[in-house]
Amino acid sequence: MAVRTLYDKLVDAHVVRNLDDAGLVLLYVDRTVLNEYTSPQAFAGLRAAGRKVWNPKAALMVVDHVNPTAARRTRAMPDSAAARQVDYFAENARDFGIEYFDILDPRQGIEHVVAPEQGLVMPGMVIAAGDSHSTAYGAFGALGYGIGTSDIEHYLATSTVRYRRLKTMRIDLSGRLPLGVTSKDIVMEVIRRIGADGATGYAVEFSGPVVAGMSVEGRIVMSIMIVEAGARGVVIAPDQKVLDYLKGRPRAPKGEMWERAARHWLTLASDPDARFDREIALDVSEVAPLVTWGTSPDQAIAVTESIPDPAQQSAPDRKAAASRALRYMGLTPGLPIQSVQIDFAFIGSCTNSRIEDLRDAAEIFRGRRVADGVRAIVVPGSSQIRGQAEAEGLAKVFTDAGVEWRQSGCSMCLAMNDDVLRPGERCASSTNRNFEGRQGPGARTHLMSPAMVAAAAVTGHITDVRSLLEGSRQ
Amino acid sequence: MIPFDQVTGAAAPMMAPNVDTDVIMPKMFLKGVDRGGLSEGAFNLLRFSGGRPNPEFVLNQDGYRDACFLVVGPNFGCGSSREHAVWGLQQLGIRALIGTSFAGIFNDNCANNGLLTISLDPLVLTELAEVAADSSRNEVTIDLAAQTIRFDRGRRSIMFDIELARKEAFLTGRDFIASTLVFADDIHAFEARYRAENPWIG
Repeated sequence: MAVRTLYDKLVDAHVVRNLDDAGLVLLYVDRTVLNEYTSPQAFAGLRAAGRKVWNPKAALMVVDHVNPTAARRTRAMPDSAAARQVDYFAENARDFGIEYFDILDPRQGIEHVVAPEQGLVMPGMVIAAGDSHSTAYGAFGALGYGIGTSDIEHYLATSTVRYRRLKTMRIDLSGRLPLGVTSKDIVMEVIRRIGADGATGYAVEFSGPVVAGMSVEGRIVMSIMIVEAGARGVVIAPDQKVLDYLKGRPRAPKGEMWERAARHWLTLASDPDARFDREIALDVSEVAPLVTWGTSPDQAIAVTESIPDPAQQSAPDRKAAASRALRYMGLTPGLPIQSVQIDFAFIGSCTNSRIEDLRDAAEIFRGRRVADGVRAIVVPGSSQIRGQAEAEGLAKVFTDAGVEWRQSGCSMCLAMNDDVLRPGERCASSTNRNFEGRQGPGARTHLMSPAMVAAAAVTGHITDVRSLLEGSRQ
Repeated sequence: MIPFDQVTGAAAPMMAPNVDTDVIMPKMFLKGVDRGGLSEGAFNLLRFSGGRPNPEFVLNQDGYRDACFLVVGPNFGCGSSREHAVWGLQQLGIRALIGTSFAGIFNDNCANNGLLTISLDPLVLTELAEVAADSSRNEVTIDLAAQTIRFDRGRRSIMFDIELARKEAFLTGRDFIASTLVFADDIHAFEARYRAENPWIG
């Protein structure tokens, strides 16, 4: 057989049949995770047509987008519309026989945190789900990608999706990661280089020694955030770290079956001579902590830099977009980004709410206080992570520093619940979208790593986290 | 999905790059359990200001209020997977989007609902953007069967590419689930073989 990329192998292994001779296939999907806001119309469609769910055991339903994150957890929702969504979600779980983690379930959390935590995500799978950040599963050697509600309905009814093969892009990461620079900064650096549409139409494979040395959690961060360059699917070849992450998880195979699965999983990789449609190489030794200044995730600079002048953009539409972004953000060209004062600091989201992220943030908050005039919240990715962070003493570090320690959910990543900024408020945020109005109408979002958010929270302005790391060692 | 054959109407320019689905359909309008009631939400924070139509927004201006086509900048529809963005555009009367590139999930969502997306070479799109920017001559006809966009009172015409399967689906307004369920036996056969090869997947 011809040499193939890992992406091609995963697609080939899931083709039920070809639908045309131009690469359109009926693709078998192993698993999905459903949330309360993109799934209701899919279930309504099934009900209207009198259709069943093909394989209810392959789906998991988790409330995460609309729920409050207040420290005391109850079933109460922020408003009647959210309550209706959650009620209908539960009704659909019951009527279609799908496993459901409600808001009080100790396994509840953000879908992309919960599915791996439960061991539902395994190498070699195809996982399509109704959220753009479903590329998270690429970190496990599964092909993960996001779909809309019509495709959720199609998946539920048939266990398949109509799928057109993507072009392939390899992002090879080499070099030594500097102190204070994280997986978040690497992926933000890639996005600023290739642009918000640089990976549109591509499946991305991350590879190289930096990936091999990176934790599974770090790989998840990159797998999720490369969506902001338009990537439609992500894969990373599974290794011993992935096996160590999965072993013993509730839904992972056990005993002899584990040994058999693990042997197969370690064979999943791109062939050495496989060709990619586009290759990108990045030496991470040169990467600095990144911060966005605009309203698109590619409008980012190193924390040591100043706000760029839109006049330097050559294309007129890009120039206009940059000017508009600066107006919206209330910033002027030439201003050092570190002089920008913040009102709010948010650590959370499927991108950066895992235990490692909380440890990074806690290292900065330890022995320091949130600056006057700044409100800071930490929203863990799942109830299990919340428990782990409390057991490790991280929660106490946060509360001692004056940070609000919350329950899990998507929260201020998209502000569909009651965690919403007021117009004009400026937020240092560990999320991955800085779109206009994303965290509330008129709200201003600066994307950065969790440690960088913590640094901004304690100084009151955007800050190079490396200065605090060095200070804390003296 | 809504079939698309030949449609004539006004085109409006929206040439900013990376118009995301948060801008197309802000979060306040994602709280429903059905597909309806979304026309107010479409571009809400741009269309309205202080509860009144914002005169600076193109769809509030003379010659564009009834626009059924948008001529758009690159990477239109990026960001969130929310299909509400597509439903809202349709409920606002938009039948087709003409640009250079569309974000992946958004493009699939459009195809699943009958909102036609046409990708053109940037130079060709510039010509169409100039037409759309002039409300005295922004009437456009899209003929999907012929794969043409006609404008300037039929004097000028642009050809566009579209994959055959996609074109047929748009022309017929196909129910994709019904089409796939014709292959139910293939799916069963695939599953039996796949589970035997991957027994650890329950």
